[in-house]
Amino acid sequence: MIKNILNLGDSALYCDFGDEVNIDINSKVINFFKILQKKKISGIINIVPSYNKLIIVFDLSITNYKELKEKIETIKIEGFEKKNEKIIKIPVCCDIEFALDSERLSAKLNISFDEILNLYFSKDYFCYMTGFIAGMPFLGDIDPKIRFKRLETPRVKVPKGSIGLTEQFCNIYTFESPGGWNIIGNTPINVFNKFNLEKPALVNAGDIVKFYKITKKEYLNWNE
Amino acid sequence: MSKSYFEIIRPGINTTFQDTGRNNLYYIGIPFSGAMDKRNFLISNALVGNKFDLTSIEFAYQGPLLKLTGGKTSIAITGDVNFNIIRKSSKIFQGECYQSYEIESGDQIDILSTNKSVYGYFSVKDSFDVESFWGSSSINTRAKIGPNEGEKFLKNQKIYLKNQNSHFNKKKLNYLNSKIEYIRFIEGTNFDYFSKNAKKIFSSEKFIVSKLTDRMGMRLEGTKLENIINTNIKSEGLIKGVIQVPADGNPIIMLSDHGTIGGYPKIGVVISADYDKLVQLTPGSKIKFKSVSLADAEKLYGFYNMETQNLLNQIK
Repeated sequence: MIKNILNLGDSALYCDFGDEVNIDINSKVINFFKILQKKKISGIINIVPSYNKLIIVFDLSITNYKELKEKIETIKIEGFEKKNEKIIKIPVCCDIEFALDSERLSAKLNISFDEILNLYFSKDYFCYMTGFIAGMPFLGDIDPKIRFKRLETPRVKVPKGSIGLTEQFCNIYTFESPGGWNIIGNTPINVFNKFNLEKPALVNAGDIVKFYKITKKEYLNWNE
Repeated sequence: MSKSYFEIIRPGINTTFQDTGRNNLYYIGIPFSGAMDKRNFLISNALVGNKFDLTSIEFAYQGPLLKLTGGKTSIAITGDVNFNIIRKSSKIFQGECYQSYEIESGDQIDILSTNKSVYGYFSVKDSFDVESFWGSSSINTRAKIGPNEGEKFLKNQKIYLKNQNSHFNKKKLNYLNSKIEYIRFIEGTNFDYFSKNAKKIFSSEKFIVSKLTDRMGMRLEGTKLENIINTNIKSEGLIKGVIQVPADGNPIIMLSDHGTIGGYPKIGVVISADYDKLVQLTPGSKIKFKSVSLADAEKLYGFYNMETQNLLNQIK
């Protein structure tokens, strides 16, 4: 499970689950995150799961690194939490107006944009984590043929709803933000809804996402 | 009787509601937010007799010009702030930080500037009539979360008070915002990604706070810090105070509205005791870092907390 626990500054624990990025390790991180969330341990004020690390932030006026580390180390993992992963369907329009990097990506990967999209829509994606900006899901893994690095100079503004690819992952920009991922389309739906206080993020760590293609006309007439 | 309100005649540069921030939402990408300089925030509330964590108005550099309509109330401003109180009679006098004033309908408060610092706090007796989102009224303008549609204040807006006509009780605190020589840090989880020389530079040379500094982060400029392992790591969680070093070798410190996930190596983390002072450093200021142990950081935080408590207790 946790290979090592370090301190990150004076008010966070850095739990290391390994170096690799794969669904197996990530599922362990998410599982441990869910267990901790339920336990409501005194002093913990934030828990951040990512690919293979879990950061636990605490209030230094309530507890400290040594005390909390001891508590965390005694937590027994009794099997996996029931995997009731949600399947979420997300419509995407890949019209040239939204696919900001279609030409560049197609040229760099040396395959047609249609082929990129065929490969992209043929898979379901696992949500490794949510964050960076509110509600942004980090999904994987995309087909090895359509993997490409980040833009050398990130865009100052990536439009809200943009679908981006980089390396083995894809994501959704939940609101306009700076960013360097390769943009292949846009979704008309709100992936982050701040008015839904119980569940503001549509896609959470451990969920499965199925993307499906819509036309520009469908996009423009979309009514949630 | 209708509610008292402040009309915003001039909004200032970045004026928002802030409190102690919101917890337990990092996992969906929502940072703490909250008052940048927590001590000054708490004191501003104490000076008007509030519970310390009620909503205040935070401003940066140039603050707002506010006009009261309705009943009397008391106000206080903290930080290192230059402001005037303009009475209804047009009589103007210079206000002093760390003391409360009674103001009446028609009076204006003109918060001109913060002196050699960034943030100041404006509190009013019984606080503002403000909504709470996920347990906090802090405005996060990046994610548009919090009251006021998650936006900073705009001209002509009205800000309603919770109560009016409260009994005035003059309160004062003798306090000077001291400067510190060093920003102390604990070595980060990627400290060894940096060359021996880079580590030495980091703890001995001065870095300059760049103009690209806001509630999300503080960018520094100085001698480039050489990374000898990898300029990227697999993206992982961030916390406030983390000092990341991207490929260009210039450190970036994560502040209260930071992105919750990042992929740059972490050379260090600013200790909790120094955070309030860090955020007050203006663009162009020089920073020197000093490495401390976890045990020392914990002790320093204990002192910081005790000192804050003493200040709050001194307010009578």
